[in-house]
Amino acid sequence: MTPAVEVTGVARRFGAVQALSGIDLTVECGEFFGLLGPNGAGKTTLISIIAGLTRADRGTARVLGHDVITDFRAARRSLGVVPQELVFDPFFSVRETLEFQAGYFGLRRQSAWIDEILHHLDLTSKANANMRSLSGGMKRRVLVGQALVHKPPVIVLDEPTAGVDVELRQSLWQFIRKLNRDGHTIILTTHYLEEAETLCSRIAMLKAGRVVALDSTHNLLSRIPGITCRIAAARLPASWQPRVVREERGVFHVALESYAELETLLAAMRAEGIAIDELAIEETDLEQVFLKIMRAEAEA
Amino acid sequence: MSALQAGTETPRPGWITLFYKEILRFWKVAFQTIAAPILTSLLYLLIFSHVLEGRVSVYDGRVSYTSFLVPGLVMMSVLQNAFANSSSSIIQSKVTGNLIFVLLPPLSALDLFAAYILGAMVRGLVVGVGVFAVTLAFAPALLAMPHPLWALAFVIFGSAILAMLGLLAGIWADKFDQLAAFQNFIVVPLTFLSGVFYSIHSLPAFWQGLSHLNPFFYMIDGFRYGFFGVSDVSPAVSLGIVAAAALVLASLTLGLLGRGWKLRS
Repeated sequence: MTPAVEVTGVARRFGAVQALSGIDLTVECGEFFGLLGPNGAGKTTLISIIAGLTRADRGTARVLGHDVITDFRAARRSLGVVPQELVFDPFFSVRETLEFQAGYFGLRRQSAWIDEILHHLDLTSKANANMRSLSGGMKRRVLVGQALVHKPPVIVLDEPTAGVDVELRQSLWQFIRKLNRDGHTIILTTHYLEEAETLCSRIAMLKAGRVVALDSTHNLLSRIPGITCRIAAARLPASWQPRVVREERGVFHVALESYAELETLLAAMRAEGIAIDELAIEETDLEQVFLKIMRAEAEA
Repeated sequence: MSALQAGTETPRPGWITLFYKEILRFWKVAFQTIAAPILTSLLYLLIFSHVLEGRVSVYDGRVSYTSFLVPGLVMMSVLQNAFANSSSSIIQSKVTGNLIFVLLPPLSALDLFAAYILGAMVRGLVVGVGVFAVTLAFAPALLAMPHPLWALAFVIFGSAILAMLGLLAGIWADKFDQLAAFQNFIVVPLTFLSGVFYSIHSLPAFWQGLSHLNPFFYMIDGFRYGFFGVSDVSPAVSLGIVAAAALVLASLTLGLLGRGWKLRS
C-alpha cells in the first residue's frame, strides 16, 4: 500500500546551519504519527519540505506517492497543513477565509462542508466575524478549518494547540481523533508530550536534523522500564544519584525497576537521616523517554 | 460525519478564486483604493487646468490643455493603482504571514501570475474609468475618440506592466519601507516625467531625448493617440516598445514565481 508520506534522504542547509541531515521516514495511511523534538530539531523544516514551502537540497518527499516537486498538484491536494504561526488575512470573515481556501484547491459550493467544519470547531457563531476580531484560540481553530476544507487524506498539524485553552484543546483533539477514525492520516508536532503519548500510535524524535528515535509509542515507553518515584527532599543518598531522571526545585524523579526497589531507596534515606517532604509514584511517561533520548544524543 | 465524503465538489481553477479574492480585497476598502485616487486626479485637473489652460500650447494648438491633461491623468491613475494593488497585496501577505494560504494549495506559477496580475489590472482599470468619468465634464469632446482600440491596447498593456512591476517589487521587498522606496523613487518619477502634464515637444532637446528612454512615456503617448489621433511618437512604435516590455517582464515574473524566489525557502 502506498504510504501517506514517504521521505527519503532529505537534507537541507540554511547558511551555516544543517537543518536536516538525510531524513528517512515513512508514515503509513491511517496512522496518528507524532514528530517530536526540541526547538531547532528540524520538525518545521521537514513539514515545510513535505508541504512544498521549502525545497530540499537533496532527497525526495512524497505524499500518497506523489512527489512534492514534480507532481506538486496531486501532492498538495492530498495534504492539509495547520501552520505553527498564528496567521490570518485581516480583510475577510471566517466564512470567506474558508471559502477562499476551498476555492484555491479548485472546490466551490462547499457551504455544507464549511458549516460542518465551523460546527465541529465551535466557530458557527463567528462565521461572519472578521478574522481580526477573533481570539488567539479561535484563530488557531480557523487555521485547522483551512487545513481541512479541501478534505485532504493527510493532515499535518504543526503545534496546533499552542496558546489554546484546555477546554478548546480537548474539543479540538476530539475532532482530530474523529478525522483519524474516518481514515485521515494525522502527523502531529507538539511540545505537549502528554498529548503525543495519548494520541500518537507511532513517534519519531528529531534532534539536530536527524531522526534519533522512531518506534511505536508503546515501545518507546518501554525503553524506561519500571516506575518513577517523585521525592521532595533536601538531597538523595549519593548512591541513588545516577538513578535521578530529572530534578527540579528539590523534587527528584528517580527511576525504579520495580515497586520492591522503593523500599531499598526509602531504607537508604532513613539510614542517612534524610527527611521526605513528599512522595509520589508515577508510571513512565513519554517526557522521561524524550529527555533520556535527547540526553543520550547530547552525550554521544 | 465523514470528512472524506462530506460536501459536493464543483471543480473550478484555483486561480479564479485568488483573482476574485484580489478584487474583493481592494473593493472592501474602496474609499482608499478607488475613491481616493479619483479625487486626487480630479484635484490635479482642477489645479493644473486652472493655472495652465490658455498658457500652454499642445499639439500646435489643436488640443486644449485640459483635454490633453485628462487622458494623461487617466493613464497615470491606471498605472499607479495597478502597481499599488499587486505590490501591496503581496507584501501584506508576506509581512503578516498569510501568504502561506496561497503557497500550500496546488497553484502553479502561472496561476499565481494570472490571479495577481489580472486583479491589479482590474483595480487600475476601475480607477481609470472613474477618473475619466469625473473629469469628462471638463473635456466632453473626449468622448468622440477617433481610435478607441489604440487607447484600449495601451491601457491593457500599461496596466499589465505596472501590475507585474508591483508583483516583482512586492516579492522583492522584505518590509514596507523598501516597497515605498521602489514606488516613490522609481514608479512616481517615471510616471510624472512621462508627459502626463505636458507634451515632450515643449521640452528642450536633451530632455526630449531622455523622455524617450522612459517606457512610461510610450504608454501615455500611445494612450493619448486614441483620444486625439495625434501623438509625439508613432503609436505603432509605442505599442511595439510597450508590448516588448510586457513580454520581458512577464517572462521574468513567471520565471521568478516558478523558482519560488523569496516566496519558498
